[in-house]
Amino acid sequence: MKRAFPILAVLTTILLTYASYRALKIAPTDALQGDVYRIIYYHVPSAWTAFLLFFVNFIASVQYLVGTNSSTKAAGKWIVIVGGVIGAVAPFLPPVEHVLPTGMRPSAVATTVLLIPAFYFVIGWLFPGERLDMLAVTAAEVGVVFCTIVLVTGPVWARPVWGIWWAPGDIRLTSTLVLWLIYVSYLVLRRFSSSAQTQTLAAALAVFGALDVPLVYFSIWFFRTQHPQPVIGGGGSMDPRMLETLLISWTAFLCLAFLLGWSRFRLEVFRRQVEEAQALESLLGAGASTAPSLPLDRGSK
Amino acid sequence: MSSLWAVTLATLVKDVRLEWRSKDALNSMLFFSLLVVVIFVFSFDPLAEESRHIVGGLVWVAFLFAAIMALNQTWARELRNQVLDGFRVSPAPANALFLAKALGNFIFVCVLEALMAPLFVIFYNLHVLGPAWQLIPVALLGTWALVVNGTFFAAMSLRTRNREIMLPLLLFPVSVPAVIGMVAGTTTILTGEGSAHFYIVLLLTYDVVFTTACLTLFGTILHAE
Repeated sequence: MKRAFPILAVLTTILLTYASYRALKIAPTDALQGDVYRIIYYHVPSAWTAFLLFFVNFIASVQYLVGTNSSTKAAGKWIVIVGGVIGAVAPFLPPVEHVLPTGMRPSAVATTVLLIPAFYFVIGWLFPGERLDMLAVTAAEVGVVFCTIVLVTGPVWARPVWGIWWAPGDIRLTSTLVLWLIYVSYLVLRRFSSSAQTQTLAAALAVFGALDVPLVYFSIWFFRTQHPQPVIGGGGSMDPRMLETLLISWTAFLCLAFLLGWSRFRLEVFRRQVEEAQALESLLGAGASTAPSLPLDRGSK
Repeated sequence: MSSLWAVTLATLVKDVRLEWRSKDALNSMLFFSLLVVVIFVFSFDPLAEESRHIVGGLVWVAFLFAAIMALNQTWARELRNQVLDGFRVSPAPANALFLAKALGNFIFVCVLEALMAPLFVIFYNLHVLGPAWQLIPVALLGTWALVVNGTFFAAMSLRTRNREIMLPLLLFPVSVPAVIGMVAGTTTILTGEGSAHFYIVLLLTYDVVFTTACLTLFGTILHAE
C-alpha cells in the first residue's frame, strides 16, 4: 500500500502536466471568449472535485452521527435505501418527468440519485467507526483547498468576460461562497474545540451546512443568474476536444485530490496514535514507563 | 409529552425571571444596538428615498450583532455550579432545555426589536410604502431563525476555547439564507416594490428545517462530553 503512494504521485504529476498541455495547446480557442476561456480547465474541475469532497464529508458526518448507536444506524440504513429507491423511480413518473428541466434525461437523474446510497454504503463499509471522522476532516480540508481555487479562478475569469469581478446575488457564486464559509467554520470549530467530542460537534455542523446549501440556492431564486448553465447535462453543446480536455483535467484533479486526501488521512491516523500514546503515558505516570512508547517509528505500524 | 412542556415552561419562567431581575442581556443588547444605530447615522447620511433601500440591511445587522450578546450568555449561567451537568444526568428531556433557551432568547430579541424599531424610524425618517403589517411576520420568523440556530451553536461552542468568538463564526455562515430573507423581505416591504410573500415562505421553510434539525441533534450535542 505504501509503495503505491509514490507511483500514484508520479502518475498524478504526469496526468496534470498532460492536462495542462492539452488545456493550453490542443484544445481549440473559444469563438467568443478567445484564449481567456482556457481557465475553464482549472475552474470547473476544481469545482466538481470540491463539491464531491464536501459531499463525501456530509455522508461521512451523517454516518458518524448515526453510527453512535445501533438503532439509529439501522434506521439510517433503511432511510437511505428507501430514499434511493424512491429517487430512482420518481424521475420516470410522468408528473415528475414533466418538471425536469429540458435536456435532463430521467435516467441520468435516477443514476445520480442512486449514487447517494452507493456512496453511503461504500463509505460506511470502507471507513468503520473513528475512521469516518478522519475521512470527514480529510474531505473537508482538501475540499476547502479546491473550493478556494474555484473562488479565486472565478473572478479572474469573470473580470475579462463579464466585466465584473463578482456578481453579487448570483445563485452559483453565492452558494459556492456560502459553502466555502461553512466549511471554513467547520475547520475553525475543529481547531478550537477543546473537548474529546469534537467529532460529534463537527459532524452536527456538517449536517447543518448541508441543510443550508439548498436554502441558499432557494433564497436567491429570484435573482437573475450571471453564471452560465452547466454545459454538460444542461443541454449545452461543446466541442468534443474541449470536453475531452475537460474530463482529462478533471481526472487529473481527482487524482491530485485523492493523493492529498491520502496523505492527510495518514497524517490524521498518526496524529491520533500519538495522542493516544501520550494520554496513556500520562495515565501510567512518568515513572512507570521508561521505554519510549510513542509510535514515532512509522515503520513499526 | 407533558413533561417536555412542563420542563420547558419551568426553565423558561426561570430564565425570564432571572433576566427581569438582572436585565443583563437586555441592557447590553439595547445599548449596543443604540450605538450601532448612532454609528450608522454618522456613516450614512441618506435621504428618505435612499434610506428605504438601506435600512432593511442596517436594522438586521444591528439586531444580528446585538442578538449575539444574548446568545453568548444563554448557557453561561448554567455552567456555574454545574447546572448543565445536573441537567444531563436528570431524566428531563434534552429538547425541553433547548426549547426553553431558544424561546427565552426569542423573547429577549423581540423585546429589543420592539424597542429599537421606532428609533430607526426616527433617525431615518422612514415611511413604509408597502403593506406594513407584513413586517411583523418577517421580524418574528427572522428572529426565530437567528435565535434557534444561535442557541444551538452557543451550546456547541461551550466546548471550545474562546467560545465568545466561536459563536458568530459558526452562526453567520449558516444564517446567510435567513439574513437574505430578512433583509430582502424588509426592503421589499419598505419600498413597496413587489411582494414579500416569497421571503416569508423562505423564512418559514428555514425555520421549519432548522428547528427540526436542532431538536434532532440537540440531545447528541448536550450529552457529547
